[in-house]
Amino acid sequence: MSEWVIELRNVSKAYAAHAVLRNVSLQVRAGEFLTLLGPSGCGKTTILRLLAGFEPADGGEIVIGGQDMRTLPPEQRQVNTVFQSYALFPHLTVFENVAFGPRVKGVKGAALRERVMDTLRMVKLEDFAGRKPGQLSGGQQQRVAIARAVVNQPRVLLLDEPLSALDYKLRKAMQLELKQLQRRLGITFIFVTHDQEEALSMSDRVAVMNAGRIEQFGTPRQIYEVPANLFVARFVGEINNLSGRVVAAAPPRYDIRLHDRVINLKSPYVFGVGDRVHVLVRPEDVRIWREHEGSAEERAVLFPAVVEAVVYKGSTVDLAIRLDSGDVLSTTQFFNEDDQALMNLDFREGERVFVDWVRDWETILPHEE
Amino acid sequence: MKPRGAIQIAYLVLIYGFLYLPILVLIVYSFNDAKYSLEWRGVTWTWYRNLLDDPDLLQAALNSALIAALSATVATGIGALAAVALHRYEFFGKPLLQGLLFVLMMTPDIVMGIALLILFASLSLPLGFWTLLLAHVTFNIPFVVVTVLSRISGFDRHLLEAARDLGATEFQAVRHVVLPLLMPAVAAGWLLSFTLSMDDVMVSFFVTGPTFEILPLKIYSMARLGVTPEINALCTLMLGATLILILIAQLLLRERT
Repeated sequence: MSEWVIELRNVSKAYAAHAVLRNVSLQVRAGEFLTLLGPSGCGKTTILRLLAGFEPADGGEIVIGGQDMRTLPPEQRQVNTVFQSYALFPHLTVFENVAFGPRVKGVKGAALRERVMDTLRMVKLEDFAGRKPGQLSGGQQQRVAIARAVVNQPRVLLLDEPLSALDYKLRKAMQLELKQLQRRLGITFIFVTHDQEEALSMSDRVAVMNAGRIEQFGTPRQIYEVPANLFVARFVGEINNLSGRVVAAAPPRYDIRLHDRVINLKSPYVFGVGDRVHVLVRPEDVRIWREHEGSAEERAVLFPAVVEAVVYKGSTVDLAIRLDSGDVLSTTQFFNEDDQALMNLDFREGERVFVDWVRDWETILPHEE
Repeated sequence: MKPRGAIQIAYLVLIYGFLYLPILVLIVYSFNDAKYSLEWRGVTWTWYRNLLDDPDLLQAALNSALIAALSATVATGIGALAAVALHRYEFFGKPLLQGLLFVLMMTPDIVMGIALLILFASLSLPLGFWTLLLAHVTFNIPFVVVTVLSRISGFDRHLLEAARDLGATEFQAVRHVVLPLLMPAVAAGWLLSFTLSMDDVMVSFFVTGPTFEILPLKIYSMARLGVTPEINALCTLMLGATLILILIAQLLLRERT
């Protein structure tokens, strides 16, 4: 058997004339936590529906556990789904909801009871077995939905934005629990979300999707630190985008003109002299120098700027900085623990500063319109 | 009491008076111990006893119940399936079909009665039991569809998928998830159909023949000779039965959500 528990090969799907998936290929390892991340309508939920077997693909192959899924109905697939709306059976109790899967497969009596109660204990709902879904809170319903799926011991668990209906605190707690559950069970999770923070914090690998295509597929770190294109860079986290032009090329290093400054930067891409590029810098990588800091030589490569807005965020201070060239950078500054008086971040609006960023932490991409 | 409160109460009393006083009078007089007078002469069960002694009337009541039960059953079968189809599938002419259902509900009874009469006449069907049954099934179907459809629409549309996902075949999913969830609406649709059929005069008047007499038409013909206390008693019984059925239907729809 191959290393992949799930393989999509050139899968496409269209509703009427509207293409939802365009030649999507994807491989998922056994035991992996994979997240499909993208804006609504990007096709991420459609991938789940194709995997679950609710809809047929128009083209391409779907292989689960080495088996071609083309003609297999949902009930014969070793995958289970946690629906965004939970889709709990309202006329059945929590116990009966969880027992539904094992029951239709012929598990009965004490064995059934034990298996269901074990699963309910795992999601800490053993005391709620007799309740109807309508008598549970959103978070509890969510747990029932998960229990109802994992009790079947699927090869792959599909989760369609399962946390989107929960409030912030509960969502954070459930993220942690889901991750722990996945480690404990060793089941492959395919998790769909439009929340990039959720995707980065939970996943082994992330597939960033847009308009029916996978834009980038990699570890959370790769996605965040080395975005493959402008869409990924903008969708995953906040990023500053400076337009530049290559003035001298000695791959992998390039002299790039950003307004009136020329700086030497590294890029795995190959550019020619005169090419337009995007220089992308994360807000937390931007460094701010105050007027009295740094020597004259140091200042020669810094960008003069003015503080436009200061937003105190508790653990950080976010600044909007207008460069003299007109670009506005957003920056995130962390409190310096050595600075007892916390004077390092007492920026005033209108204050003149100089900025640069941690060199080689930027990303340079070819120009996109 | 403030004058505004008094006006409000008077208003309500008038409204409920108009709506329910005539019915109340009918019920009260069904117990009045006087054959021809509106004068109150004490309580009696005579008129109810007379009803039970009238074989024609009992036959008509039996016929009515038979038609109501059969038409409700057939209409519920067709209507429930139609509702499921309307909810689940996209097909050619779906909006038209949905529109027609409402047209059918809104059509004046007299129009429907005459239309069906013309249809049966042109097919040379003899008027009687079968034509009556067909007519009642026809006007019952939309009510069942609407009752069942409103319940299905309230469901999570992923329920069926969830059942399949958990390993149920399509048949098992329908048997263990869809049917139990729809049952209250199906039962309510049946009861609604039964009562609609039970008290229909207008459509029935056109489509039944002299061979098959039903209760509402019997009452109608009796009343033309003057309203007797027996008619009052009969109407009271029908009202009571109808109220009970409607009450059960409402309870079924409210429960188990």
